[in-house]
Amino acid sequence: MTASEIRALFAVASRPEVVSLAGGMPNLAALPLESLSAEVADLLARDGQVALQYGSAQGVPTLREQICEVMALEGIRADPDDVVVTVGSQMALDLVTRIYCDPGDVVLAEGPSYVGALGSFAAYQARVVHVAMDEHGLVPELLRDALRSLAAEGITPKFLYTIPNFHNPAGVTLAVERRSEVLEICASYGVAVVEDNPYGLLGFSGRTYPALRSLDRDVVYLGSFSKTFASGLRVGWALAPPAVRDRLVLAAESATLCPPSFTQMLVSRYLAGHDWRSQIKTFAEVYRERRDALLDALETYLPEGCTWNVPDGGFYVWLTVPEGVDTKAMLPRAVTARVAYASGTGFYADGFGSRQLRLSYCYPTPERIAEGVRRLAGVLEAELDVMRTFGSPARFALGAGPQTPGPSTP
Amino acid sequence: MAQNAAVIERTVAVLAGGLSHEREVSLRSGRRLAAALRDTGADVREWDVDGSLVAQLRQDRPDAVAVALHGGEGENGSVQAVLELLGVPFVGTPAPACRRAWDKPTAKAELARSGLDTPDWVALPHTTFRALGAQAVLDAMVDRLGLPLMLKPDQGGSALGAQVVTERGELPAAMVSCLAYADTVLAERFVVGTEVAVTVVDDGAQSRALPPVQIDARDGVYDYTARYTPGAATFHCPARLDASVLSRLEETALAAHRLLGLRDVSRMDAVVDADGRVQVLEVNVSPGLTETSLLPTAVRAAGMDLGELYAGLVERAIGRDPSR
Repeated sequence: MTASEIRALFAVASRPEVVSLAGGMPNLAALPLESLSAEVADLLARDGQVALQYGSAQGVPTLREQICEVMALEGIRADPDDVVVTVGSQMALDLVTRIYCDPGDVVLAEGPSYVGALGSFAAYQARVVHVAMDEHGLVPELLRDALRSLAAEGITPKFLYTIPNFHNPAGVTLAVERRSEVLEICASYGVAVVEDNPYGLLGFSGRTYPALRSLDRDVVYLGSFSKTFASGLRVGWALAPPAVRDRLVLAAESATLCPPSFTQMLVSRYLAGHDWRSQIKTFAEVYRERRDALLDALETYLPEGCTWNVPDGGFYVWLTVPEGVDTKAMLPRAVTARVAYASGTGFYADGFGSRQLRLSYCYPTPERIAEGVRRLAGVLEAELDVMRTFGSPARFALGAGPQTPGPSTP
Repeated sequence: MAQNAAVIERTVAVLAGGLSHEREVSLRSGRRLAAALRDTGADVREWDVDGSLVAQLRQDRPDAVAVALHGGEGENGSVQAVLELLGVPFVGTPAPACRRAWDKPTAKAELARSGLDTPDWVALPHTTFRALGAQAVLDAMVDRLGLPLMLKPDQGGSALGAQVVTERGELPAAMVSCLAYADTVLAERFVVGTEVAVTVVDDGAQSRALPPVQIDARDGVYDYTARYTPGAATFHCPARLDASVLSRLEETALAAHRLLGLRDVSRMDAVVDADGRVQVLEVNVSPGLTETSLLPTAVRAAGMDLGELYAGLVERAIGRDPSR
């Protein structure tokens, strides 16, 4: 573990004086805590002996059936036998990487990509090759180019890791007409596809997109209740073809013996006894309002030379700042001004992203978001002012270690 | 020590956290200090520095406060001034002296005026570069200080924002990075030599220096990563230097402690140059107390216990006029 100057700067993000646009904590304020606490009490009273006992490594059977119902909303037809419940989808990602990758193997991922995935790939010493996106998501031609040039070196990547819906951190969604094409390209090169879809049901226009898995049964699909229900329960899953599933179950058993029975049964009861579809709509409504607040504030406050995307769901806006500004080098100035963001380089495995940053609108209120952007604008102005004085951009001079906020950063 | 029996009854509030760039380090220092004090039998509370602090101090009335804050208000004397206002005894340097030591150019000037060696320097705010033209001022800076030179924010610790600049062409970009931490940059002649830290404690009739700690950073630079990654720097305590140099280090640290009016505990960071001269880099009124910090290393090497040391300092704090 390497101590990181950047990671240390996020320590202030938990203080109320700081507007944190850095973390990715879901907003749980909308959850019906009273009925949930009754559910917890009842779970222990009726099924305590089971809930507090070891369970199957693959997960509670009833929950796996319900997970198939959830996935059906995005067009997936799945057999509960092919579902492996994990401790958050992060564990599924770790297990998938473990069974697919040996040190030095290549994994394809969008550029930028989810930092937790990059962490798993790095932990198994896989090499990440990024494929760029445009406003319609992963660009098929660039995917083909990347595969072609890797093939020329005799390299077949182990899989493409992709977040098709409301991407973290880029905020974009893979156009529907590109979905089959991406699958076909990967199939033609014999490359597996790992689809990570934590945000798919959190669209703002009422639209859900067909999962890649709904178009191709060989896709390994990762799902999560962290954004649609409660992140602290750590319940996620993988849906995989039987051969992969069997290896995942063995790997899961060696990692944790079994996922916690208690949290699985709680999620199962929640799905059975609560109007979870309406709850997801409520969440999406909250996030849409916050996205709007962020976009309005960006429009109002940011200096010229900044560009950003308009996400149609999920948690994030990906901001490009004026030429020459290094968002990582600027972070101390932001912390002094009591605003935090996640600088772009943490979302790349290859050092790109110095001119980008990720803004999360999931956690702060709309008013705080506006205040945060106002502060960020001041930070950018001051940084540009110093750059004008010295006729130079900042030199990246910050040390090694994690460059993005940890999971408990607001 | 006879004092220990009394400490058992003491309530001590350890202040850690705050809103500085060094919050993370401070929280670690605070946890370490709190645990060490608890081991001596003290009743310890751990408080952050926020809007509830004054009310908490008034309500809970701890016997003393131990400041484990780094950077910003915890080191520039602001928190100390409030403690003095409230009449709460605290371990550490009084507010006015904190302010002097905290501002690196001010501290260097005082030490230099008193005849201590400190690398030649210039401190300038961004506005001066803007008003007079950056290139002209940078050129003058390099002409005077030479290359490589050290750039650091004029305030703050943990090597945050500090950089070694080896070529003229790197200077503008390094200035921009450094100015992200503070509005004023301290540029210092870079001294090649052995990096050493000397802790001074006031745990007896007079101040005394603990054995100097020599720092060998694995990658040659004792930056943030080297400071807080276990194994990234090797410490030797006492430093592997001649006995005469060691005693010069101790004398220098004691002199700096006295000259700047520091109290209870301080740490001098210095480089011993090729001629064996002690070049003072800076003095810290709130030395780091983490697992990889220098003061705990010196305390161990001196055969002392961190908790016992601070418990003794708590007793001293309680015994003096709390408004000073």
